[in-house]
Amino acid sequence: MSSPVRQIHLAAHFPGVNSTTVWTDPTAGSQVDFASFEHFSRTAERGLFDYVFLAEGLRLREHKGRVHELDVLGRPHTLSILAAIAAITEHVGLVGTLNTTFNEPYELARALATLDHLSGGRAGWNAVTSSDAFHGANFRRGGYLDHADRYERAREFASLAKELWDSWPDDGVRADASGGVFLDDGVPSRVRHRGAQFDVDAVFDVPRSPQGRPVIVQAGDSADGRGFGAEHAEVIFSLHTRFDDARAFYDDVKGQLGAWGRDEESLKILPAATFAIGDTAEEARERSREIALSQVRPETALTYVEQVWGSDLSGYDPDGPLPDIDPDTGAETAKGWANRHASARKRVAALRELSESEGLSIRETVIRLTANHTFVGTPDRIAAEIDRYVQERATDGFTLVGHLTPHGLDEFADRVVPLLQERGSYRESYPEGATLRDLLGLPAARRVPAFATP
Amino acid sequence: MTDQVHLAIALERAGWHPAAWRESTARPHELLSPRYWAELLRTVDDAGIALATIEDALSLPDRFDASEPLRRDRVRGRLDASLIASFVAPLTRRIGLVPTVTTSHTEPFHVATALQTLDFASRGRAGVRLVAGASSAERANFGRRSSGVDTLPPSGRVEDSPELLAAFREAGEFADVLSRLWDSWQDDAIIRDVSSGRFLDADRVHAIEYEGEFFSVTGASIVPRSPQGRPLITVLAHQSVPYRLAAERADLVYITPHDERGLAAIRAELQAASDELRGPGERLRVYADLLVLIEETSSAARDAAARLDDRAGEPLASDARIVVGSAADVAEAVRELAAAGVDGVRLRPARQPADVAAIAEQVVPLLRSTQTLREDDGAGTLRARLGLARPESRYVREKVAL
Ligand SMILES: Cc1cc2nc3c(=O)[nH]c(=O)nc-3n(C[C@H](O)[C@H](O)[C@H](O)COP(=O)(O)O)c2cc1C
Repeated sequence: MSSPVRQIHLAAHFPGVNSTTVWTDPTAGSQVDFASFEHFSRTAERGLFDYVFLAEGLRLREHKGRVHELDVLGRPHTLSILAAIAAITEHVGLVGTLNTTFNEPYELARALATLDHLSGGRAGWNAVTSSDAFHGANFRRGGYLDHADRYERAREFASLAKELWDSWPDDGVRADASGGVFLDDGVPSRVRHRGAQFDVDAVFDVPRSPQGRPVIVQAGDSADGRGFGAEHAEVIFSLHTRFDDARAFYDDVKGQLGAWGRDEESLKILPAATFAIGDTAEEARERSREIALSQVRPETALTYVEQVWGSDLSGYDPDGPLPDIDPDTGAETAKGWANRHASARKRVAALRELSESEGLSIRETVIRLTANHTFVGTPDRIAAEIDRYVQERATDGFTLVGHLTPHGLDEFADRVVPLLQERGSYRESYPEGATLRDLLGLPAARRVPAFATP
Repeated sequence: MTDQVHLAIALERAGWHPAAWRESTARPHELLSPRYWAELLRTVDDAGIALATIEDALSLPDRFDASEPLRRDRVRGRLDASLIASFVAPLTRRIGLVPTVTTSHTEPFHVATALQTLDFASRGRAGVRLVAGASSAERANFGRRSSGVDTLPPSGRVEDSPELLAAFREAGEFADVLSRLWDSWQDDAIIRDVSSGRFLDADRVHAIEYEGEFFSVTGASIVPRSPQGRPLITVLAHQSVPYRLAAERADLVYITPHDERGLAAIRAELQAASDELRGPGERLRVYADLLVLIEETSSAARDAAARLDDRAGEPLASDARIVVGSAADVAEAVRELAAAGVDGVRLRPARQPADVAAIAEQVVPLLRSTQTLREDDGAGTLRARLGLARPESRYVREKVAL
């Protein structure tokens, strides 16, 4: 009974370009103006969050061959906006989603090391692997990476990035003016890396940054993705938010850490969580319903099923039953978010089962699937729930996803955070000079051995 | 007074003299610190300097430094210039932020969106200085292109080296892709039409469908059109091929004349290239570079330069004209260039922060007092400040033509 209170870790997800983000709200602001990022990151810092988090999409979502019109679209360049946020914040971590397929290790490693320097040790990298030809069409290297190879490249990418970061000693810059020695001999060490994906003979040009290495985050759900997470990630951003599901995921991934010589605390799992707050349980439920209805407007619901079905369903009534036709499995529609993880047929069957067993319309079905808030209740109730997940080892905390740009986390920071503090499981202030690694309670970066060549 | 110029500054770690980091005023341990860059940029912003370029390269040795083994008495290591620019954007008010970007290994899509983001974060003050080609050190870091050249052919002419010519064609395509991506969202693409439930109008967002010798880029930018529409494209040029690149693709070119005749010849060549290659719209803005070392008196400056050269083991050499002297000497050199008709002068401080402070505190007031500095009315964006119109998206024109 004397086990210490586990500390809750919270990340603040900047509202994204899918239907979670409600732009029709009269208070909704710009998704690109800097004022929005300023407000959002100040809120995250007021709420003592571990980090602000940005997703990334390297091509505009499309629907039926046209740019998607119904949701917020357009976002900043991940690293550039984080560097700007670094200037106006002092403590909060800065984590960006950055693709391993459409970047080069040297360039990305130097950009992340730069961000770590400019932020005084607050940089993090969510390494994702989206590798399809649709995104590849925007890049000189193209989209020729086979899906099966995406994690092979990601593993090698992360290893090489670590080798580059580790190639400078901690105090590598001598800068002895009278002796005229800026760098000692042998600094930095050369990185000779030869693998299936990269063959470089590199000399890294950014001296070691405050964290040594930026924090690595992972967000893929396949077996390969989890494996990559166990090997390289220090945080996992998952979609496993239901308690049992979250706990199974926690056990699975943390169970794999031993194979890499890592312990439970060296990796934090922070699933996505949405919320609706009310003064009473009843009010919170109403609020949740209201938000869901504005997230899934009739045309949003229809678009969702059109993406799953892969065909034009514009004749269907969003308040009526699901289409009774078969999905068009030939069309390439896996461009958006909707059917990323399962084949169209499997997806349709699941939708049908849900809709038929509960008598749900198209819109209600989509609401159930995409707009069910993780936490609905009074601030007290939400604080208790979050605490339970963490104390019972279902998660280490959450990546909170608000529904409004840029005010989506204000209420959470002002009303829920103080209650988490009262429970003794959330920090009262930022420790002075803490890096992101410190905030997350991660061990200091160990220097890694070079990439194991087969 | 018509002979007026804008002042630009070229920021480079400890300064442009290779021994600058050994001066007592230097801060060689802080070259990677956020405070160092924030202070430098604030100083030049407050002084009224129109734009600051920030040097960069994708390797530990400098671009034209093939010394093997690596010389240990030079500043080594740096931060990514584009991210320095984004970092200082919220900390500055008026100054244009112009990071250096190499076009050989980078992706135009990433660079385009980074600059648009800089434009948003700075509220319309973004630009870029494009550099063609890659050094062998850069190639080794990426490992993709083993061939390539580092140096000019014996003739000294880019056109005599097929590899260098290709690198400049690549840079031209790169600039073209940037400007197309910057135009890909019309200004009014975001409609937020609650009644129809549409956030944007897909007809006002355009896939660029670019197919070139070096790149194919299909989609539209992921960033909506930024405050300036197109951030400024700038290049440094010393000879015909880069002059032509500037004339065809840039808003602004930095040149390195050493005297009035040299300047006249460069301007004539730029004019001819512009007549041949430049589309309608703004004329190419021409900025002359000066490398400056400033002390209270001319003789004190010469002493300082001698001390630095001594430490470097060789006299300072530069592509740009070097002015070693008092603030009045530098101001006089700027006035001469203004009288010769350039649009601006870009100063490369020999020592940072010392010469940056001298420029801000002494040179700028001198130029102001003689009305050599082009004053502006508090224009909001970098384009407006330089007198450049905000370009309309090319896709708007296409539509009107239908
Ligand atoms: C919660 C979550 C968030 C993700 N966010 C992004 C993102 O912002 N950008 C992106 O390109 N991919 C994103 N992905 C995609 C994955 O990172 C991954 O690259 C892709 O799903 C393929 O890996 P997998 O097969 O292991 O799932 C996300 C995935 C998950 C589960």
